[in-house]
Amino acid sequence: MLTNVPDFFKLWVYLSASPLLGLTLTICAYVTALWIFNRSRYSPLVNPVAVSILIIVLVLKAAKMPYQEYFSGAQFVHFLLGPATVALAIPLARQLPKAKHLFYPVLAGLVAGSCTAIISAVSSVMLLGGSYQLAMSIAPKSVTTPIAMAVSEKLGGLPSLTAVMVIATGITGAIIGNAIFNLMRIESHQIRGFSLGVAAHGIGTARAFQVSSEMGAFSGLAMGLNGVLTAFLAPWLVPLLVPQ
Amino acid sequence: MLLAFAILLLFQCLGEVVVFALKLPIPGPVAGMLLLLAVLLWSPKLMSKLEATANELLRHLALLFVPAGVGIIVSASSLQGHWIAVIASVLTSTVLTLVVTAFVMRYLMSKKSGELEQNDAH
Repeated sequence: MLTNVPDFFKLWVYLSASPLLGLTLTICAYVTALWIFNRSRYSPLVNPVAVSILIIVLVLKAAKMPYQEYFSGAQFVHFLLGPATVALAIPLARQLPKAKHLFYPVLAGLVAGSCTAIISAVSSVMLLGGSYQLAMSIAPKSVTTPIAMAVSEKLGGLPSLTAVMVIATGITGAIIGNAIFNLMRIESHQIRGFSLGVAAHGIGTARAFQVSSEMGAFSGLAMGLNGVLTAFLAPWLVPLLVPQ
Repeated sequence: MLLAFAILLLFQCLGEVVVFALKLPIPGPVAGMLLLLAVLLWSPKLMSKLEATANELLRHLALLFVPAGVGIIVSASSLQGHWIAVIASVLTSTVLTLVVTAFVMRYLMSKKSGELEQNDAH
């Protein structure tokens, strides 16, 4: 038994040095999260992104595996985010010709939602006694991580702090979206998808695709548009709210 | 499938080039998506070659956010004591954004369909 311990240790050192472990852990955690999601009859409360992250963080903590080592394997999954973002063009191209008459509702919803996201986030942090830097970091929380981090840096926030808030916002939107739309008695998948994309970017869009391709397409559209709008709007709007 | 993947990667590269050349404040893949969308609207024939692969990729969009999410949670110590302000603000702001966006869209869409009905009546 005792002689087995160094052998196991050697095997562990060998495995953890290769990207295989991080990749396997990512896919297995996600498959488990999907299984739980299915067993719960698709309850948005057990959001697969949140559950996967929780499983992996617990395993990394238990195995004392540093994030860099994990990411050397997980990067292969992470890399696919780029092509998947480009792929959003396909459901969009299917839906857009059907949605020409929605030009003004979409435009107005986008502008109203984008302003609401920025103004409400900044002012509630200030009201709750958060610092100037915290308010600047939370301003772009509703848009996709790379845009949000760039905007945060421009405003004088902390990009790493912004990244945490972006993920938290995405998961929050994915979890509560359904309940809010039900309360408002909104059935249209176009409105549901678009609102979720404005408020909760890619994680909201991933949630929307679990419901229907139409909802996913509108969510992807909103995510792209709000990313672009916030990049231009926030550096101008936020200084009006919080004079430096 | 391989051809579709090649086309997606090609548009991602194209997006990166455009963003770099024009110094746009958006990520390369978002620019790539807009370029591909323009091409698809202009020539819908390309759609059939891409659709199966794109749908498979988007079906598992949630998986692709996991590695970055893990990194962000591992480094969440940067929040130091601001937890309550951040959680309350994220929750309030997300609810408000969902409600306002959905409300504005529904209002304008019902107004529009109301007008259509009126026109039909005339």
